[in-house]
Amino acid sequence: MGLLTVSGSPHIKGVDNVKKIMYGVVIAMIPAMLISFYFFGLGAIKVTLVAIASCLLFEFLIQRFLLKGKTTINDGSAIITGILLSFNVPSSMPSWMIIIGSLVAIGIAKMSFGGLGKNPFNPALVGRVFLLISFPVDMTNWPKPQAFSTALTDAITGPTPLAIVKEGISKGQTIPEIMSSGKIPAYVDMLFGNMGGSLGEISTIAILIGGLYLLFRKIITWHIPVSFIGTTFVFALILWLIDPSLYINPLFHLITGGLMLGAVFMATDMVTSPMSKTGQIIFGFGCGVLTILIRVWGAYPEGVSFAILLMNSVTPLINKGFKPTKFGEVVKNG
Amino acid sequence: MKTFKLGGVHPEENKLSADKAIEILPLPKVVYVPFSQHLGAPSVPVVDKGDAVKVGQLIAKAQGFISANIHAPVSGKVAKIDSIIDSSGYRKNVIVINTEGDEWDESIDTSTEIKRDILLSAKEIIDKIHEKGIVGMGGATFPTYVKMMVPEGKKAEFLVINGVECEPYLTSDHRLMLEKGEEMLIGVSILMKTLNVEKALIGIESNKMDAINYLTVLAQKFNGISIIPLKVMYPQGGEKQLIKSVINREVPSGKLPIEVGCVVQNVGTAFAVYEAVQKNKPLIERVVTVTGKSLKKPSNFIARIGTPIIELIEYAGGLPEDTGKVISGGPMMGKALNSLEAPVTKGTSGILIMTQKESKRPEQLNCIRCAKCVEVCPMGIEPYLIALYTELGKAEETEKERVMDCIECGSCSYICPSGRYLLDNVRIAKSKVGYIIRNRK
Amino acid sequence: MNQVLIYSVVTLSSLGILAAVILYFIAQKFKVIEDPRIDLIADLLPGANCGGCGYAGCRNLAGEIVKKEDLSGFMCPPGGNDTMKKIAAVLGLEAVETEPLIAVIRCSGSLASAQKKSEYDGVSTCLYAHMLFSGESGCPHGCLGLGDCVVSCQFDAIYIDSETNLPVVSNEKCVACGACVKACPRSIIELRKKGKKDRRIFVSCVNTEKGAVARKNCKVACIGCGKCVKECKFDAITMENNIAYIDFNKCTLCRKCVSECPTDAIHELNFPPKKPKQEVVEQSESNQ
Repeated sequence: MGLLTVSGSPHIKGVDNVKKIMYGVVIAMIPAMLISFYFFGLGAIKVTLVAIASCLLFEFLIQRFLLKGKTTINDGSAIITGILLSFNVPSSMPSWMIIIGSLVAIGIAKMSFGGLGKNPFNPALVGRVFLLISFPVDMTNWPKPQAFSTALTDAITGPTPLAIVKEGISKGQTIPEIMSSGKIPAYVDMLFGNMGGSLGEISTIAILIGGLYLLFRKIITWHIPVSFIGTTFVFALILWLIDPSLYINPLFHLITGGLMLGAVFMATDMVTSPMSKTGQIIFGFGCGVLTILIRVWGAYPEGVSFAILLMNSVTPLINKGFKPTKFGEVVKNG
Repeated sequence: MKTFKLGGVHPEENKLSADKAIEILPLPKVVYVPFSQHLGAPSVPVVDKGDAVKVGQLIAKAQGFISANIHAPVSGKVAKIDSIIDSSGYRKNVIVINTEGDEWDESIDTSTEIKRDILLSAKEIIDKIHEKGIVGMGGATFPTYVKMMVPEGKKAEFLVINGVECEPYLTSDHRLMLEKGEEMLIGVSILMKTLNVEKALIGIESNKMDAINYLTVLAQKFNGISIIPLKVMYPQGGEKQLIKSVINREVPSGKLPIEVGCVVQNVGTAFAVYEAVQKNKPLIERVVTVTGKSLKKPSNFIARIGTPIIELIEYAGGLPEDTGKVISGGPMMGKALNSLEAPVTKGTSGILIMTQKESKRPEQLNCIRCAKCVEVCPMGIEPYLIALYTELGKAEETEKERVMDCIECGSCSYICPSGRYLLDNVRIAKSKVGYIIRNRK
Repeated sequence: MNQVLIYSVVTLSSLGILAAVILYFIAQKFKVIEDPRIDLIADLLPGANCGGCGYAGCRNLAGEIVKKEDLSGFMCPPGGNDTMKKIAAVLGLEAVETEPLIAVIRCSGSLASAQKKSEYDGVSTCLYAHMLFSGESGCPHGCLGLGDCVVSCQFDAIYIDSETNLPVVSNEKCVACGACVKACPRSIIELRKKGKKDRRIFVSCVNTEKGAVARKNCKVACIGCGKCVKECKFDAITMENNIAYIDFNKCTLCRKCVSECPTDAIHELNFPPKKPKQEVVEQSESNQ
């Protein structure tokens, strides 16, 4: 017999570990990924592979040669960043731009803060926003979805439904006019993902399947997605009730753009979201309000990523202000 | 089914010895009886080297208010007053007695007959509990008589009996309820009489259905005792959590259960009270679960206080070759031993053997801020934050984060996916803040 | 166009003037008149803010010195006597010479002499290990080797020797600020006189257990036999709680106790190798 080990209690450990959580998220993203492969074909596969590979590579290089420490690329977090980055770009994105995005996401947004768990902002979103600002044309050049497309670059491109609405309104058209113009896909198509957009955001259904899986595995809780989506819906509903000719109906807001993707996969990122349940609800609320503000009155047609990043920046404040309910604090006896 | 609302985890139960009847452990040749087996001041020995003692004879007297008498667990000669490493990990003073025969003090009723009539008055009962050295048997070892004296201006409404045994592996309370159910219930009645309360609630987790059913039938014969089945959830055995589960009252931070009209006692304590009051028997033995996945024969023993732990392990099939850790208590809150000669004390509810593989902690990774520790904390504090403060050398600042509320249940360290030593760091913060608070007074 | 230019220039300059006026009055209101000598002295201090002087930071010490106008009782351990002399010159005061001190580790329970009897697994801090158990060697007073002193040292003067698992203090770097003394949960570290040519003699053990028990855990523990007390002609060694202690103010560094100790618990540092006995006596006398 060896020496007895002495350590503080507890002496047993739950089954969850970082790897399981990370790969759980990867599994949850597979439906949305498959949908993107279906509609955008080889281009989507190429973008996804490039993003994952470059994220892993940068993480490895930085940990190995810059920080000269242990490499933790197999913990799955870089894969998530890679997939999320690919989810946030159009399938026609040139590979070199994606590699730059990965470098920004991993190098600047993640490793420069100290790696996994230390980053204040969601790395993939930082990468996306960097790309959006640096290469606005390529980032808003959306190939039209075609089932089983094999072409690497789709010839036909078009704007996303949100961009169509934004453009229409800026031209002075009313919402019913825009909707009847024939440019907006049918709601069923938008629900399944048959519309222009970034790889991961098109199919609401696929994202919701992933979200349910995450909830089932207890990787995320309902608080952020529900309050995010709920706030967006209610805010949009109020605007729509005020003037349906100026503001589009709330359902449209829910199923277009990156709202679902953001609410399920990016706002729920453990590292950058608040710790307490109340804090998480506030966080989701803030994301929802900002999203609509940007979508309706902002310069960009889409505001989910900016909204989440902005809320990421106030997460430490939320953590300070909204503590969990402590036992014995509110005494209700009887 | 009832449970507490805030936090909690559900570790694998592993109650390996749940169906093993309690066996009486053969008398050890030598016992090592520590002076300090309870919370509070160590007792002062009243015997000397060479003295002959009988079972149940007083050998160390309580010193001060929070302290407890200690009685000879075996008959024989006091070999010496020595020191031995006990379950605290430190060398502590012990009275060493060489066993000779098994001669009991005459005043103790050793018959197996159950005595049902409670003849003593409340005051006499408290004195008896004090005299016989009864302490909380759940592990905290707080002198029971102190707990039974309701402070002026407060009124006890409920007696809450802890039959939860939420620690994985441990089965000593479970077996006690099954095998000594009636005696235990008489003990509960005695405690009710002492506190002058009408109602006693025995909380038992639903993984012990046999005990719940058995006691529910038995309790019909007793006035005011009801059995409350509870959903399995750790740390339900914590005083505050149990009160919340059973009668849905929250004990305010830093206050005692009496604040909400409750007194909590363990089933083991209730049984010890029965023996002390009805049989005049001091606390000289207790039920100890000896368990572990690698152990040949997980068992429940009645062992005399002072029996070296290694002897219990021998009777449970011997120490397995690949043992990495031996724990006194359960896996969530027990203490890892650094010496197997450590004796059984009044607070030893179980001995858990863990293999080398089981005892290895996973590597610590970065905190991913998953908030699981916040979610499971039964006191609603933020373990990650306190650990962070401690690691930054600012442990003193955690007082406002209510670090002193921590009951050290270990749910945070248990759940942490990054395998961080959260409770370790929280304990450091607690000790530093505790030091500051003590100095302030 | 010109109008716009004028408007903006006027607005901005008036804003600037307004801000300047406000700032001026605020500065007047909250003006702190400080003795200029505090700055002078603070500049002379090393600026490590180690707290070794007993005050929170160098500036604080400077303030206290200026307030008292007297240097007795003040000492900057990292700066040493030189710094104190400079301060004295600035203030026109008399410098009080103090003998330099150094941190001494009073435990030699290395991996070899105090073998592991159990293994610790947990946060790497002595404080926690101390809370959990008596230590891997079983000695409740011995060094835990987890380096709380190393972390506490701002001057990089302590490191843990990987072979013995004991801390080692660097003669050159240690400034005797006392941070490690506070950090050690077992009070093993003591500030002792640095001694001529860094020569020091001390009992390298703080175990107060009875001899036999202490010996069980560690071969080099002080067993409280009292031989050194008898040997010492200068009454420098006292025995209390089974542990010998050498008073460094009385010790003459004669080294006689060192060879007397049956467990080698008394350590001598930086002495030349032992020569025949007479020479040692001579040397010790010259040291007096």
